[in-house]
Amino acid sequence: MLMKDGLRIDGRKPDELRKIKIEAGVLYRADGSCYLEWGGNKIMAAVYGPREALPRHIQDPTKALVNARYNMASFSVEERKRPGPDRRSTEISKVTSEALENVIFTELFPRATIDVCIEVLDAEAGTRCAGITAAAVALADAGIPMRDIPVACAAGKVDGMVVLDLTSEEDKEGEADLPIAIAPRTEEILLMQMDGHLTYQEFEEALELAIKGCKQIAKLQKEALMKKYESFEEE
Amino acid sequence: MIRKIVLPGTVIGDAKDKLPGKGTFKEGDKIYSSRLGILEEKGKYLNVIPLSGVYDPSVGDTVIGVVEEVYKNAWIIDINAPYPALLSPEESPWKVEYGETSKYLKTGDVIIAIVSYINEAKNIEVSMKGRPCRKIDDGIIIEVQPSKVPRIIGKNASMLNILKKHTGCWIFVGQNGRIWIKGEDEKVNLLIKAIRKIEKEAHTFGLTERIIKMLGG
Repeated sequence: MLMKDGLRIDGRKPDELRKIKIEAGVLYRADGSCYLEWGGNKIMAAVYGPREALPRHIQDPTKALVNARYNMASFSVEERKRPGPDRRSTEISKVTSEALENVIFTELFPRATIDVCIEVLDAEAGTRCAGITAAAVALADAGIPMRDIPVACAAGKVDGMVVLDLTSEEDKEGEADLPIAIAPRTEEILLMQMDGHLTYQEFEEALELAIKGCKQIAKLQKEALMKKYESFEEE
Repeated sequence: MIRKIVLPGTVIGDAKDKLPGKGTFKEGDKIYSSRLGILEEKGKYLNVIPLSGVYDPSVGDTVIGVVEEVYKNAWIIDINAPYPALLSPEESPWKVEYGETSKYLKTGDVIIAIVSYINEAKNIEVSMKGRPCRKIDDGIIIEVQPSKVPRIIGKNASMLNILKKHTGCWIFVGQNGRIWIKGEDEKVNLLIKAIRKIEKEAHTFGLTERIIKMLGG
């Protein structure tokens, strides 16, 4: 149903990504920011800090805290979402914080906090991957020391076939969804979650496909960051 | 023309013949950049000069601070860093009796101070002894990105001298990105515009000429 002549419902090949647009440094008041469009997803990420962690009892005297906050706008989904944090967004905030914490040199900023706000303005499957990808660009734009620019992408299984970057129909009707985040230079895995069932072979195949997808997106992230500093060359 | 811009995780050299400097790290036998910035080679060291980011204080920096809190025998100063700084009465230019700190500096007062001490836990102390430390009572303070401060000053204060010469304003640049300006209103407005231009185009060549042209020199 979801696959026809080896193509998917939106006409993509199994290993093809949706259209991605990344723009760095879009907010004036944040230390670093990024706007990202990924298929039907529209995401804004902002980074503040490193700044003093308050209240003082949450401070860590050995390293900085990384505090990501994933939030979906009430108008981001078809049926109005009740605003505010819920079970799902709390979980995504936590896994995103942990994924980003692994690439940041947190030990350089003891007692401080790095706040990352991820706002989902429009959602169409794969928002956690898009959120991490946008947050990574915002972190680099904020000048935060990192080992690498993290990147995230999902793979899954639809109609018995392993495919890259699921759309919302494929996510709902498909058999499995595997979002991962990696540090592209070392291929170190920063986040991995799975929904549904995959055999061992299918899992290996999906992981390899997702890593390939991540590397394509990593190129776009770098281009977006470079573009910000090339724009007034001609003056 | 653009200077070489590097991103976090970019390979910038071989660890065999180079050493990792500021804004870089070593992994295996390669040196990588850890932040977004401009690559610079200084002797054996590879440094990355950041293009963005918050102020990272170091001992000896002259900064412009705002009094945040007044205690019986200390002031807490906001120096635009992730951490507040402490100013003790012994390090102030006045003879302060216990409990009379607010006679000299109140919350919201602006001072020029020197960073005198930083430890591992990033406890910071500032001093107001010696030049050019003082309390600021007039003029205006503007904030720029701390990473753009070296460009605003220029090599041997070349850019700063141009700004001073063409506007006739009094300018003092703190290492933490706060700038104290004093002068005629019109000239001050022009100067702020020039500073914002430098801030925006800090990584390009030929900026000095463009600034001179802008200031009508």
